[in-house]
Parts: sequence; structure tokens; C-alpha cells
Amino acid sequence: MIRSGGARTLFYKEVLRFWKVSFQTVAAPVLTAVMYLLIFGHVLEDRVQVFEGVGYTSFLVPGLVMMSVLQNSFANSSSSLIQSKITGNLVFLLVSPLSHWSWFWAYVGASVVRGLSVGLGVFVVTAWFAKPVFAQPGWIVVFAVLGAGMLGSMGLIAGLWAEKFDQLAAFQNFIVMPMTMLSGVFYSVHSLPPFWQAVSHLNPFFYMIDGFRRGFYGASDVSPWLSLGVVGVSFAIAAALALRLLASGYKLRQ
Amino acid sequence: MPAVSFQQVHKVYAGAKGPFKALDDVSFGIEQGEFFGLLGPNGAGKTTLISILAGLTRATDGAVTVMGHDVRADYAEARNSLGIVPQELVFDPFFSVRETLRIQSGYFGIRHNDAWIDELLAELGLADKAGANMRQLSGGMKRRVLVAQALVHRPPVIVLDEPTAGVDVELRQTLWAFIARLNRKGHTVLLTTHYLEEAEALCHRIGMLKQGRLVALDRTANLLAGTTHTMLRFKTDQPLPAAVAPLARVTGRIVQVRARDAEAVERVLATLREAGVKVEDLEIGRADLEDVFLEIMHQAPPPEVPA
Repeated sequence: MIRSGGARTLFYKEVLRFWKVSFQTVAAPVLTAVMYLLIFGHVLEDRVQVFEGVGYTSFLVPGLVMMSVLQNSFANSSSSLIQSKITGNLVFLLVSPLSHWSWFWAYVGASVVRGLSVGLGVFVVTAWFAKPVFAQPGWIVVFAVLGAGMLGSMGLIAGLWAEKFDQLAAFQNFIVMPMTMLSGVFYSVHSLPPFWQAVSHLNPFFYMIDGFRRGFYGASDVSPWLSLGVVGVSFAIAAALALRLLASGYKLRQ
Repeated sequence: MPAVSFQQVHKVYAGAKGPFKALDDVSFGIEQGEFFGLLGPNGAGKTTLISILAGLTRATDGAVTVMGHDVRADYAEARNSLGIVPQELVFDPFFSVRETLRIQSGYFGIRHNDAWIDELLAELGLADKAGANMRQLSGGMKRRVLVAQALVHRPPVIVLDEPTAGVDVELRQTLWAFIARLNRKGHTVLLTTHYLEEAEALCHRIGMLKQGRLVALDRTANLLAGTTHTMLRFKTDQPLPAAVAPLARVTGRIVQVRARDAEAVERVLATLREAGVKVEDLEIGRADLEDVFLEIMHQAPPPEVPA
């Protein structure tokens, strides 16, 4: 009987949980992203050019990949937690000796795996429509992992806070969705009026997608180092808040 | 070192209608190897007390330890020493029985636990369900898995929160035989139950909670000896006369009347005869734990201690 790696078990369980229903948790979001690409790409291919020599469909792919990574990372930790809370099986975890660090590592780690799985799926399928280029691949990995980690942490916070599914849906629809849509997935913020450009620069999601796109085309709206700083700090804040809530037993241990 | 110790435990819940005192200065200990029964009506604070022990709820005040480990300051060791079977029939619908037990072992840092998992499955009559998804199991089977989950890490202290509520006779027998065997091997058992005959048969010592206070704490034998009453039991289909009705506990056709001595028994019988009540299957016996329980619960509440 060896006592080690409780956090690893929780991580494994969280990965297994979404993997067992991967048709719904991986295949479905890939299909959604491909639909966006087909429709927007078809309508806008000849009308919009953002970067010199990069077609609109090619421009859109990294944005869609990142959007899928972010939304699915958020969905994983938040839906797992709220389901366990509502069905009551979170008690099995609450009676275990796992520390708040273990909870955080396992939930966010599994969210990153889900986000990256969906992102990779979207990327592979969309490669048929737009030949991928990798100008600076290091940035692709850095922003994908950091972005997934941040949204996994936000999902953890939302899952702890929400007591009902509709509260979680509100968090997703009124916070995560607008921040994603207004981050430059479908456009370059340079095409916006100055006021909305300024607003976009307050949105950390903008830096995630801009930095991520830099990895593909070597071109971005702002310096990738600035993006790295903003995303890094945002992740640190989300992680610190999630850890604090876990350590205090917020809505878990009354 | 006691297996479990509660010292001046208070719990106040902030409710919509103002604060609610769920536990009020509860102190007692459970020795290692003991089989302890915690009784009390619904809402008396039993589950709150157990939740504090398991770290599911935090006490407003007081100290709680498991095998000498404080449940807050030293939570990991306290939880390693404790296996809890929750009252609610909860399960994770994503996994099979074996996966559920492997995952639970993993939370406690135990890998390669299949030998013990197989033993648990066999003991609880689950061997042929190991590969079944949790959703496919009946309520009784899910209850057995909950017991197995509580025991995967071989905790020295086992807590069962009303484990036999809504469970068929066969499982009840299997479960008690298994738990009694674990107790004989040295495991400490803390049980809450509504079935008082179970508590009487199994528990060495009993604590009774009422409105968040510990109102009785003694060896089961002493509690039973403490009541000198005789119980008169019979069946009837007729209404009881006014002089007897307030003393009687009626369950369907079965009537139980508490009588202090032989003379009182005679008086009750005379009253019934005069009222023309036809009595069947008359027997006279000693009071059981249920009588003791009701006696204690119907006593006036203890005086309020000023805050």
C-alpha cells in the first residue's frame, strides 16, 4: 500500500470524466468551430484582409482554435465541479486528504488537457481549409497552455461560486462569451474605432489570441512580450483567487 | 488516546430566519475499538456532528480530533484515519464500481489496491458488479458501494450515518455482520441510526442528542438498566380509553404502555376491561432502548445556559 499521488488520481479522474463522453466534450466543439470557419470564411474570404498576404480563412483559424481552447478549458472545470456539487458526489473528494493545491492542480490540469485536445482537433480539421504556417511555434504553445490554464482557473472559480446550473450559464454567457467574442477572434482590433480598440486592450483574452496568432503568422497587433506579461499576470490572479477559495472551503465546507 | 474526541463543540448556522444553533456545547470521546451509537430525532444535530468530524462542515467553536489529529489543523492525517459512509445515496455516474473504488483509493494516495478492493467487493456481495456502471445499480447496491468507498483506505475509525435507512433486511444483515467483524478486528465504529434495535444490539455505548445538546451518554446496558419500567404490549383494533391513551405508544394495531410495576400493569388492564377493549397477544416485558430513547426525548428540554 503506497501512499502518494492523490492529486494525480484526481487529475486522471477528471481527464477520464470528459474522455468518456468525448463525443460531446471534444467532437462537438470541434464541429462548432469548423462551422464558424466554413460560414465566416466563405462569406468574408474575399472582403476582409487583416495581415498582408494572409487570407481571411487563414487569419480566422488560430482565433477559432484559441476560442475553442478557452471555452472548453472553462467548461471542463466549471461543469465538473457543479455536477459534483449538485449530485452530491463531491463528498468523496471532500473527505479525502487532498490539499487545495492538489485540487487546483488536478482540476486546472485536466481543463488544460481538454482545452488543448479540442484546440488540436479544430486545428487538424481546419488544416484542410487553410494550409497552416508556423512562424514562431513557441508562442503557440505558450499562449495555448497559459490561456487554457487561466480559463481552467476561472472555471474553477465559477464552479465553486455557482450553486445552480443557470448561475454557471450566466457566468459563461455574460462574462466568458463576450470576453472571447470581443477579443479579436474574428477580426483585428485595428479595424475597430479607437474607442473599441482601447476597450479591447483592457481584455486579457485579446492578448491570448493576439499572442497565439503571432505564433502562426509572425504578425500581431501588439508585442507578444506584452501579451505574455498580461496573460501571465491574469493567470496568476485567477489562480491565486481559485486557490484562496479552495483553501478557505468557500461554498464547500460551511 | 481516544479514537474520536469532541470538546465543547458549537455550531451556529446563519439562516434566513436568523442564526440557528445546530450544536450546543457537545463534548464526549469514543475509545479505540468501541462501537458507539449516536441517536437523536431528525434535526438533533447528528449529521452536523459527523460532518464536522469528516471536515465537511466547520465547527463554530470547539475542538474535534480523530486518532489525536485535529480535524482542521491536521486535516490530512485526520481524514486518513476516518472512513465515512454518507447518509445520501450519492455516486459518480461516469464510472464503474471498480473504477469508483480505485479512484477513491487514489485520493488517499493508495495505488495497486485491488487485493483489498476485491476483498471489500466479496464481503459486501458486490463481486459480480465490479464492472457495472454506478447508474445501473439498485439503491441497495449503491449503498454497498458507499460502504466500500469509505473503507478503501482501511481507516481505523468508521462512521456510518444512518446506513440502513431504506435498506432491505438481507443487506442490513450482511452489513452488520461485516461491520461487527471490522469492529472485532479493532476498528472503531460510530453509528447513527433510527433503528433503535440495531443500536441496542450493536453499540457498546450510546450518546443521545436533542436539539443540538448531548442529553444522554452511557453504556447501552446502563441506559437500559436505568429504566425500571415494565412494558405492556398488546394488539387491539379499538380506541383506547382516555386514561390509558396518553401513556401508550401505538404503531398500527400494536399498543405499548409503560407501567412502573405489577400494580400499574393490573390497573391498566382493569381500565381496558372496564372500557370493553378487546386485547390480543398480550405480553409483559422489559423496556427496550426505544423506550429509554422516548423517555429521554420527552423530558423537558435542558435549561438554557446564558450566552
